[in-house]
Amino acid sequence: MSSRGIVLYLHVHQPLRVRKYSIFDTAENHDYFDESDTTTDRNNERVLRKVADKSYRPMNELLEKLLHKYPDFKVSLSITGTFIEQAEQWAPDVLESFKRLVATGQVEIVSETYYHSLAFFYSLEEFERQVRMHRDKIRELFGVETSVFRNTELAYNDSLAKWADEYGFKGIIAEGWDPVLEWRSPNHVYKPAGTQDISLLLKNYRLSDDLAFRFSNKAWEQWPLTADTYSEWANASMKDSPLVNLFMDYETFGEHQWADTGIFDFFEQFVGKWLDNPDNTFYTLSEAIDTHQPAGEISMPNTVTWADTERDLTAWLGNSMQQEALRHLYALEDEIIRSGDIGLIGDWRKLQTSDHVYYMCTKWFTDGDVHAYFSPYESPYDAFLYFMNALRDVRYRVSEYHKHRGL
Amino acid sequence: MLGWELPPHNSGGLGVACYHMSKALALQGASIDFVLPYTAHHPDTEFMTIHGATTLSPLERYGRMGAYDSKYITEHGYDSVEESDLSDMRGVQRHYTRFVEQLVKKNGAPDAIHAHDWLTMEAGMRAKEITGAPLIVHVHATEFDRSGENSGNPIVHEIEYQGLMMADRIIAVSAITKSIIMRRYGIPGDKIEVIHNAIDVASLGNYDYDGRTYKYLESLKEEGYVVVATVTRFTIQKGLTHFIRAAARASEKYDKLVFLLAGDGEQRDELISLSADLGIADRVFFTGFVRGKPWRDAYNVADVFVMSSVSEPFGLTALEAAHHNAALIITRQSGVSEVLNSIFRYDFWDIDVLADQMVGIALSPSLAKDLKANVRNEYARISWHDVARNCLRLYSQAASGKVHA
Repeated sequence: MSSRGIVLYLHVHQPLRVRKYSIFDTAENHDYFDESDTTTDRNNERVLRKVADKSYRPMNELLEKLLHKYPDFKVSLSITGTFIEQAEQWAPDVLESFKRLVATGQVEIVSETYYHSLAFFYSLEEFERQVRMHRDKIRELFGVETSVFRNTELAYNDSLAKWADEYGFKGIIAEGWDPVLEWRSPNHVYKPAGTQDISLLLKNYRLSDDLAFRFSNKAWEQWPLTADTYSEWANASMKDSPLVNLFMDYETFGEHQWADTGIFDFFEQFVGKWLDNPDNTFYTLSEAIDTHQPAGEISMPNTVTWADTERDLTAWLGNSMQQEALRHLYALEDEIIRSGDIGLIGDWRKLQTSDHVYYMCTKWFTDGDVHAYFSPYESPYDAFLYFMNALRDVRYRVSEYHKHRGL
Repeated sequence: MLGWELPPHNSGGLGVACYHMSKALALQGASIDFVLPYTAHHPDTEFMTIHGATTLSPLERYGRMGAYDSKYITEHGYDSVEESDLSDMRGVQRHYTRFVEQLVKKNGAPDAIHAHDWLTMEAGMRAKEITGAPLIVHVHATEFDRSGENSGNPIVHEIEYQGLMMADRIIAVSAITKSIIMRRYGIPGDKIEVIHNAIDVASLGNYDYDGRTYKYLESLKEEGYVVVATVTRFTIQKGLTHFIRAAARASEKYDKLVFLLAGDGEQRDELISLSADLGIADRVFFTGFVRGKPWRDAYNVADVFVMSSVSEPFGLTALEAAHHNAALIITRQSGVSEVLNSIFRYDFWDIDVLADQMVGIALSPSLAKDLKANVRNEYARISWHDVARNCLRLYSQAASGKVHA
């Protein structure tokens, strides 16, 4: 009989934020991502260095220690291309520490779009190019192949599952959202509707969000959360089921929940506590899929994400500014690709990172706090103006390009 | 002369008009004491004597609390604020009035007291009371204009009413403003003289437009796009939501139109959202607050300039745009349209007409060319020397008690 296992999956990502890029820069300067003001969080180097100190370095150190101490401890990581490029530039030691984690053999790297984009919903061709780019980058950096797919913001629907199945992935992950699950538990392996050889793992959002969102909230009746209590909850959740899928941002550790909240100590104690019971283990995403048969079939015709109370795409595509921005961005695809200009194509793709439209979100009232926390702009309107100017500059560059080639 | 601002410390057209009017008056022999509510250096003002009524900086002229908005003017503020308290607008005005009282007591009665807008009307009335000199109230805007479709601040209305009643003569910057003064304040028309503002072309400077400031827009123009611009504060008074709606309508008919909105203001976010809602965000350009070269070049890059104001006593920016070779589309509710012929006019709410005019100019290069060339002759006819001559005539009429010219 297989052990009861926790599937810990952490998402590592940093976008390349657009600087205060005005109409006066458009067609003059092409440095959208180089904010010169070092005191603002639009400055990508500043953010990367800060989060490296607060989160990536201490958490990787802890993970490395736990992986060596407990052979049964497993982690799955998705690491975006935009993060990797920035880390290569400003924190190469962090990338080295990720390589050491992967080298233990207890860490799985998850596949995704290189640019953390929503390309699946706009251009399948571009989407596949970005998946391929990411797989190539992961192979080059870590020497491993990916076999489980996560889409940006866990944006999932049946057609994505079908695509992943046909592409050859053995697994895919999504939000374990009640209106979809109804009476079912997220703590099983499922089969996506209409697929052949792929399994679906669903986030246990209650237990995940206890750490990701509630851990340091002193108004929460369970504060302060102890490793004992949390282990009990995980045990209780798994009474009749084999898995608990804890999916969250990597930056939960040290950035969203600062070190002084006790998150690192808590995590270390919890891993030890959980593995004290010989019936318990950890799984990577692939191991969970290999070890367990699907308990049933799940269908999600409509797109479900891991964000907000609505669990939909409205944080990214909910208002007309966001829709306009992406409509115009993807409209450039053919011309951009045809230019063959690697720098231009790269800039266009960096603008596809979902964070840009997230900063334009205006549904402040119920989810506003979260968005406000993550935005380096004065308002969603400013985010929109800078983005549109950058997009116009990309368009200017591509038109110059084709002019020179007589198109 | 009682004013509230002079260049380079002006926030809008009032300071510019006061400066050129005073300069032209001085050239025609007038000796001017110009009172300001703040203290600062003003270059090229040796033709008159400037008095600072307080030691505030120019930025604090609406009180140390910050920018002026008439909804923060309260009676409570006026009664309870100590004269030395300069934290709010009413405190600054009280201080200003006290300063003017002392000035006229020291210098004796002037031949005329020329007070600009409600800001200085109380001081003007006090000076008239003390000296018996004639009071000329110059209306650049009423509270009805500033508050758009809202009712405005009752205290400001009260001060305007008193000032207009007490004035020996009233100067309105347009027939539209004259009619508002008559209709809304019940002032008889023969007490009000319309004297349109002028434009001082020399002050706009000699320079070569380098075509670089808005390089992206210039590149679109090379591809045949037409730039429709407005340079203004983004407030309700300026009617910009109608402008955006007309822009969307026009874009349906003609694809090669882009729209430049130069300036900033409380309505900016609404305008950004609206242009996205209408699916034209891509062709609407926001500059943020501009002055200097980017401000001037907003006119230069424009093929068509729109003044979409719901209520505009005059509208100097239209003349500035004409000087920079733009074709003009101006609402009938803007005073400046009274002095120009070679323009398109529309009612501020009529987005179909505005859209039609935008497309019409864009589609017809010869029409655009004629509009631009002809309007240049028209704005050049209006001079500050004529304004000054009219003012001097009014001063002497008021002094001799004659009401009619």
